[in-house]
Order: sequence, then structure tokens, then C-alpha cells
Amino acid sequence: MSNAPAIEVRGLVKNYGSKSAVAGIDLRVENGEIFALLGPNGAGKTTTVEILEGYRNATAGEVKVLGFDPATKGEAGQRWRNRIGIVLQSTSDAADLSVLETISHFANYYEKPRDVNQVISEVGLEEKIDSKVRELSGGQRRRLDVALGIIGSPELIFLDEPTTGFDPEARRSFWDLIKLLKSEGSTILLTTHYLDEAQALADRVGVINNGRIIEIATPQTLGGRNNAPAKVCWLEDGVTKEILSKDPTAEVAKLSQRFNGQIPELEVLRPNLEEIYLKMIGELK
Amino acid sequence: MNLINETIRIGLLRSKLELKQFLRQRESLVFTLFFPVILLFIFGSVFQDTIAPGVTFSQYFVAGMVASGLVNTGFQQLAITIPMERDDGTLKRLRGTPMSVSSYFIGKALLVTFLMIIQTALLLFFGTALFGLNLPTDVTSWWTFTWLIILGSACSTVLGIAFSVVPKTGRGASAVVSPIVIILQFFSGVFFVFTSLPTWMQQFAALFPLKWLTQGMRSVFLPDDFASQEVVGNWEIGRTALVLSIWLIVGVILAVKTFKWGRE
Repeated sequence: MSNAPAIEVRGLVKNYGSKSAVAGIDLRVENGEIFALLGPNGAGKTTTVEILEGYRNATAGEVKVLGFDPATKGEAGQRWRNRIGIVLQSTSDAADLSVLETISHFANYYEKPRDVNQVISEVGLEEKIDSKVRELSGGQRRRLDVALGIIGSPELIFLDEPTTGFDPEARRSFWDLIKLLKSEGSTILLTTHYLDEAQALADRVGVINNGRIIEIATPQTLGGRNNAPAKVCWLEDGVTKEILSKDPTAEVAKLSQRFNGQIPELEVLRPNLEEIYLKMIGELK
Repeated sequence: MNLINETIRIGLLRSKLELKQFLRQRESLVFTLFFPVILLFIFGSVFQDTIAPGVTFSQYFVAGMVASGLVNTGFQQLAITIPMERDDGTLKRLRGTPMSVSSYFIGKALLVTFLMIIQTALLLFFGTALFGLNLPTDVTSWWTFTWLIILGSACSTVLGIAFSVVPKTGRGASAVVSPIVIILQFFSGVFFVFTSLPTWMQQFAALFPLKWLTQGMRSVFLPDDFASQEVVGNWEIGRTALVLSIWLIVGVILAVKTFKWGRE
């Protein structure tokens, strides 16, 4: 069983009336990996993820999440929810409860919950344990969402735009939390608007646009990024010069010879993930 | 794992949590639990005459307020708070956990029951203490009181859950639900003596549970011979039970069929 993928999707379609939000997606997420789904608003990201989470029904296609069809109703569906964890986008529920009360209560829903205090310390809310949920900052609130998503020891965690609205420091420490969850063996499906987030966390990324997957690759190779020409810049005669090259090492060696060692203000720039991504979704519009 | 036990266990835990949240919201606490007492205070102070020998308006009014308390804590409260829970993500989050919808309903039903007991107790306490309310002394009346409360709150709960799909947003829910409740209260003889209302109003009210609950509560709190002054000349206890049971069944079917976790 361990070789079966955590998520397997074939030919997924979701239509709303005559409009199709998802127009035939194939996707396979392996056990233990962090997979990031990227795409502009309205690309079909959230619809896809909500089908995988069991919130929406697919119009057509085959969906298996942990070997199970998320649309299954009743007792079997309930059992399956023991094995997944969902970290929702922007909620404001449980405002009058404390952090501890909320997490302890949700622990009761699961067959094998994790230790409540351990989860609280993992998400870094020890100091807020008795605070009311309404008193938490945005970042703390998301940490609570994550705590509620992982309290049931899920094999698979869905993270929907987890760091929207975070300051840079909060994002870094949030990423550490995600890495910790991965190291504990969880599979994670992440959607995000932040390319640096995908780059920092994801083993593989899938770019989705107009309801279709355009490409699936590692963050390093997406859009042929590893083979794309790099920009070499330096200062010469008081002006910045640049050339694009498939072999920047050779260019640097040549320059080094010419300047006799030190190249003034040398920079070698590979196209970053964001540039590649913007090009990808721009091309298809 | 025994699924039914598990569903009940989680339902009990949910009711505890629901109650905790309710008690921490001061506005809803005051509005739901003390509002009937405040109304009793106002009406009891304004209308001090007797409406029949030995029957004060307060006595008549308490019967109506106990009945409409069932509508307030159940129907009104749920039809307003469930849409709010749909908006703030409560329901979506619960939907993503192994908790079953039955546990959620159990939690709500127990919350309603608890609120109703407190509300009724407050009303009877202040009624006797301040307005000379006479509590029934015979077993039959208390028995009627008990089953009316059980049947009435069950009815009110399921209809509240069923109606929760009607308001489009949590914020607008109160504006949709409250007028319905207030109109029903006027039409059902809560604020006025029922027989003094126009016939069309009486007949319209007779379609809904509140009129029957109010009339049933009058049989509990008013002297037996007052029955002759009802529209048909008696308390219609059997018919009351029948109407409430029909509404209960309709409510259960609607609640189960129409309940929505989200807005899709």
C-alpha cells in the first residue's frame, strides 16, 4: 500500500452551468511529498482542492485520495476524514473559545488524536494557550488552523494559502512548521500565491491555469528554468553591461581573463521561479 | 467502534461547547434568556386588569411567553446562528472532520433544551415573585406542561435547522427571521388575548405551532373554566398534540433534506 500515491486524479472536470472551472486535470501526489499547486485566482485551484477535500462533487473524472473517493457519503466518508487534515482559508469561527478549548475539543473527533499540548507547542501557541481565539493575530490564527488540521494525526494535509497576510518573519517560522510536518511523514498539498513559498517548501509544483495543469515539475526545473539562459552582468567603463548565456560559467571565465582576475560588480542571474511562472501563465492567456 | 455511541458522545461534547460559547456572548445571553422576563415586566406593569374572574393579564401573558420562549430559543436562535456559522467557517471546518452531522444536531438540540429550561425557570420565578403568577397545583397540568415543552422544543429545533437555509447571509439572518417570529407572536395570542383578534388572524395562526403551544400553555396556567372562553370552547389538547407532531415530522424531513454545510 505504501507505494500507492496519496492523491490520484484522472480527467477531473467540474462545470458550473456551461462554465467549466476545472477542465480535465490529471494529478498524482506521492506519499510523503510536499506538492504545491500554483495558479492565478480563478484558475481552478480552490475548486480542485475542494473536490479532493470532499467539499464539492466532481462533474466527471476519477479522484482517489488515500485510495478513497472523497465524495463518498456516510460512515465510510466519516472514517476517511480521520486520515486527512484540512487547513482552511480565512475562517473566524470559535471566537469565544480559548486556544486550548478549541484544540482539545477537536481532538475528540478523531480516532487517534495527537497530544494536544504537543501540537500547541509545535505550532508555537504555548503562550496563547488560554487566550480567546478572537484575540489572536492573523498569524496566530493561522497557526491555530494548522493545529486543528493536524490534531487528528492526518496522513495527508491540505494547506490552502496558509501564509496570506503574514509578515516575512512569521512566514519563515511557518515554513519551518511545514517542514517539521513533512519530516514527521505527512504528505502535504499546498496551494499558494507566493512563488518563494513554493520554492522553499515544495518537492514538486504544478501550475494550473484556465482549469488545466500546464506543467508539473520540481521548483528547479519548472518551465525549463535549469536550462534557461542566465544573465551575466558586470561593470565596464562606468556602465553596467549584460549578456544572456546558456553557459554562464564560460562567460565568467572569459571576463575574468579580460579583467585579469576581479570582475567589477559581477552578477549571474538565473530566471527566478516567479519570472518563469508569470511567463507560463501569461503565454496561455 | 460503536458508531451510535460515538455520535452521541460527540453530540454531548458539542452541546457543552455550544453552551460555553453561548454563555460567553453576553448580547445573546441577555437577549435570549432575559428578554421574556423584561417583556413580562413591561406588559405586567402596563396591563394590570383582570381579563376574567381570577385571571390577571400577567397570568395570561406568562402562558404566551413560555410558549414563545420555545420559539425564541429554538427556531429563532438556530435560524439566525446557523447561517452565521455557515459564514464564519464553523460548518466548513466541522464538515472536514470525522464528526457526523447527527452529533452537530444533538449539540444544537441540547443547547436549545438547556436554554429553554433556564428561560422558563426565570419567567416562572419572576412571574410568581413580582406579578402574583399562580403556578398550577395539579399533576395533569404539569404533565401537559412537560410534554408541551418537550414536543414544542423538538419542533422548534428541527424547524430552526430547516429554516437556516433561507437567510442568504449570517448578517441578514436576524432581519429575515425575527419579523416572522414577532408576527407569529402577535397572531398567536401572545401579546393580546387570542379571542380578541380578528378571525382571519386566528385562522392564519392556527396553521403554525406557536398558536397551539400558546393555547396549550393556557390550559396549564389558566383555570379550567377559562376553557369556555377559547375560540372553540375547550383547550383542544388532542389537536394540539396532533398539530405539533405533524410539524415535528415535517421539520425533521426538511432539516435532513435541506441542511447545507456550505453555500455551494
